[in-house]
Amino acid sequence: MVPSSHRGADRRTSRVRPYALTGGRTQFGHVLLVETLVATIDRPEEQLALTRGDWAERVMPEFRAIVELCRRMRSVAEISALLRMPLGVVRVLISDLADQGRIRVYGTGHGPGSPDRALLERVLSGLRRL
Amino acid sequence: MDFAGFDQQDGLQDWQTEHGRAPISTKIVVAGGFGVGKTTFVGAVSEIQPLTTEAVMTQASEALDDLAATPDKVTTTVAMDFGRITLEQDLVLYVFGRAYGLAYPAAIAGIVVGSVIAPGLAALLGGSGALVVVGGTVLAYALLVMRGTDHAAAAVPVSQPAMADAVPAR
Repeated sequence: MVPSSHRGADRRTSRVRPYALTGGRTQFGHVLLVETLVATIDRPEEQLALTRGDWAERVMPEFRAIVELCRRMRSVAEISALLRMPLGVVRVLISDLADQGRIRVYGTGHGPGSPDRALLERVLSGLRRL
Repeated sequence: MDFAGFDQQDGLQDWQTEHGRAPISTKIVVAGGFGVGKTTFVGAVSEIQPLTTEAVMTQASEALDDLAATPDKVTTTVAMDFGRITLEQDLVLYVFGRAYGLAYPAAIAGIVVGSVIAPGLAALLGGSGALVVVGGTVLAYALLVMRGTDHAAAAVPVSQPAMADAVPAR
């Protein structure tokens, strides 16, 4: 994957420093674990606008890429890997999008600490069925 | 601008298009020594193309990594590899692999306890195993033994027999 040297359709963001994407911010207001699932909030009347309209033209392409990607619910880790952006940057951007009502951040369905035994057993039986 | 280069439909699951509710999502971490097959394991069980970051091993790491057992191995994992398994439509498991010799990023700090324990166990067992830490704690875990290129995973009970065969034989 060779980053192109100019702003073009296939360019990567590797030449943009991560802190530039987030305006230097490293904090975010949502609980965004690597496995936290997020999805684009459907706005049928704005489907076109999301990709071609004002919003998409106003915001950074990274925001648009996340919104596009999250039409399918995915984890924070998947977004980071697929977009080849550092996890910390993706978290800040997802948090921004959540604040803007573009992205919904779901709970992981369990507490931040130790998973309970019931969950562990569900995971175990799920693995056994594979 | 276009971030194409990935398949939006890869491993597509029903839950991904039902935005009204999300499944429970949790993670396990496969830790283990150099060359035991963590990345291979993640790839074997994942329903999506595993998202892997690997760098060609440099001379700098040759001094640190013992290649005697795996002379053909030319790369080592220097970042998190992970895959995804939809166990049920309301239960999604992310499987992360990372060399325990490297510092765990804060992202998976929840499994720090596992990263402390895994090397100790691996040392105990001759470094031939990969520890599977379930759910970010040592509530339960299993030892995954991988031999050569045969990825058959035999689980050995460590502390909690109920979890001993948490890893599917593949």
